[in-house]
Amino acid sequence: MGSNISGKPAAEKAGAGPDADLNNGLVDIRNLSVAIGSRFPATYIINDISLTVNEGETLAIVGESGSGKSVTSLAVMDLLAPNLSVSGEILFNRRDGSTVRLEDMTPTQRRQMAGDEMAMIFQEPMTSLNPVLTIGDQLVEALLLHRDESMAAARARAIEMLALVGISNPTERLDTYVHELSGGMRQRVMIAMALMCSPRLLIADEPTTALDVTIQAQILELLQRLQAELGMAILFISHDLDVVSDIADRIVVFYSGRVVEEGPARQVLKDPKHPYTIGLLNSKPHIDRAAGQKHTLQPISGSMPNLAAPPAGCRFHPRCNLVVEGLCDKEEPGLRAAAPEHRARCVHINPEGNS
Amino acid sequence: MIMAPPLLEVENLSKWFPVEGGLLKAVTDVSFAVKKGEVLGIVGESGSGKSTVGQTVLRLTEPNGGDIRLNGTSIAEISQSKLRPMRRKMQMVFQDPSASLNPHLRVGQVLMEPLKIHGIGKSREGREARAIQLLNLVGLSADYFDRFPHELSGGQRQRVGIARALACEPELLIADEPVSALDVSIQAQVLALIEGLKKELSLTLVIISHDMSVVEYMSDRVIVLYLGRVMECGPAATMFAKPRHPYTEALLSAIPGGELENEKRQRIVLSGDPPSPISPPSGCPFRTRCRYAVEACAGAGMQLVSVGESHQTACIRAAELNLGEEGVKEVV
Repeated sequence: MGSNISGKPAAEKAGAGPDADLNNGLVDIRNLSVAIGSRFPATYIINDISLTVNEGETLAIVGESGSGKSVTSLAVMDLLAPNLSVSGEILFNRRDGSTVRLEDMTPTQRRQMAGDEMAMIFQEPMTSLNPVLTIGDQLVEALLLHRDESMAAARARAIEMLALVGISNPTERLDTYVHELSGGMRQRVMIAMALMCSPRLLIADEPTTALDVTIQAQILELLQRLQAELGMAILFISHDLDVVSDIADRIVVFYSGRVVEEGPARQVLKDPKHPYTIGLLNSKPHIDRAAGQKHTLQPISGSMPNLAAPPAGCRFHPRCNLVVEGLCDKEEPGLRAAAPEHRARCVHINPEGNS
Repeated sequence: MIMAPPLLEVENLSKWFPVEGGLLKAVTDVSFAVKKGEVLGIVGESGSGKSTVGQTVLRLTEPNGGDIRLNGTSIAEISQSKLRPMRRKMQMVFQDPSASLNPHLRVGQVLMEPLKIHGIGKSREGREARAIQLLNLVGLSADYFDRFPHELSGGQRQRVGIARALACEPELLIADEPVSALDVSIQAQVLALIEGLKKELSLTLVIISHDMSVVEYMSDRVIVLYLGRVMECGPAATMFAKPRHPYTEALLSAIPGGELENEKRQRIVLSGDPPSPISPPSGCPFRTRCRYAVEACAGAGMQLVSVGESHQTACIRAAELNLGEEGVKEVV
């Protein structure tokens, strides 16, 4: 990695090892970078990302296409393409109470964890489910890969999970194929599959983006109910601040492969500190119905920077309307505390927390 | 009241596709009118027929029944050769700009093609000048003239798509999900562009979208489609403040982001999926998912009843339910 532009002070990271105390942390991502190609200088898709998902919480990563939000989740699942180079560390608090460093594990060990202690659901269930296997085959496989169970027990578990995600006649559904189901039902099946081994972490990558708004509401409600019942943590990835506002406990905002803001959901949405987050919120068409007033759209000008040649200094400065010449384009600020637990990477935040 | 006919009138428009196992009733008996300078929003979920309405109005697909009148002239059954000069007056912006721009043509050629077809601009130089003028109109510099679509970002491509639609100075612009394929920050740019162009060129717009906030923001009037039928239509401000159809009410309550809007809403989560448009339920197509459905809903035909000034709903219980009066009602 180039310069040390990490958000966390270096001292905080020094003691981190496999035995490090994660406190409430379930997953702790520390200084994670993913680069493509072997050419120098490398192109970083994500650069020095640090974030923690706590037990039982919903952490949302918000960002636009190319911000690196999916790559971060794929790195946790070990699903990145082999031509990408990964640095940094990811600590995971296992079911048995031990903390492991994922980079230290063998590919086989990581495969055993993925789908068992951590599971993932994707945006487009039609392309994520196997069209030539029945729903039942796929659900049963998800369990038998990780558990030494009988076929009958696995089928019973599959029926239980389908019922849990709100699919009627689960026993008959086991023998159906993906194309026989609607989009919302497919997403439910994918969630059921992810839950087969009772994961401690569920990663949901844009799980409702391909769905209609009424079906989206169903799936969001389902995820919230499942979390309340099963107590798993959810890492929710989305471009949609409205969706995120309904489900997240905490929010991390990504821009161009960097964390630009993080904090409790309400604070980030109600009192955003980074000009990018503010811009995203102002980009939503919004009408105050009570007052009958139309808020004029305030789009963010320009477009996402090229990852191969990111702008110097703050990555957002070419599009920022608060840019300070000679400061923002020189050096990227660290994540500064704007309030307890609420931090943003912007020079306009002074250390006292008033911006 | 108004002497001149509306710019666009659609009456009992139907489009049924023959498919295996019957007829897919994409659009049934849809009627609406758009006055000059007005913005009409069409909302609905996938399969509601909103795109088919847009395409049929331009006769990009042929209607099975009903009438379409542009400035009072029926265009539903005229021949393609007679239709061609009328096409100048109505143009379309598509959802996915990477699929709707020819990858082999440079941006300039894309913009000059409609000019050539409609015989606008005497010479090549004239057309080039017009193309550059169009680029400037949508916020792109003349540098883009020689670029290929793949060299542009999604937002820039959509700007080219809009410039192409504006090339022959249409009176009516139909935009089918114009921002759905774009990132949030780019969506706002394109919406602001459309809004500005509408004022500048006094365009009449039909905006088709699944996104209620986009439609609410852009439209003067809105029609809500479900399974190819109009559920409700009325002025945007009235309808969003006080929906009079259970489906509109559910759609509005399903919009995420109540937290952001500072309003505590009770959410209505509709159970199940929309039924198949091949065998829609009898009577009201929404009754199978409606929390207020009664027996009569299965028997009654679909009829729009007036519930306010130019505000109509297809719900037979509209008067007794009086939705939207005090927030979401408990089911009786």
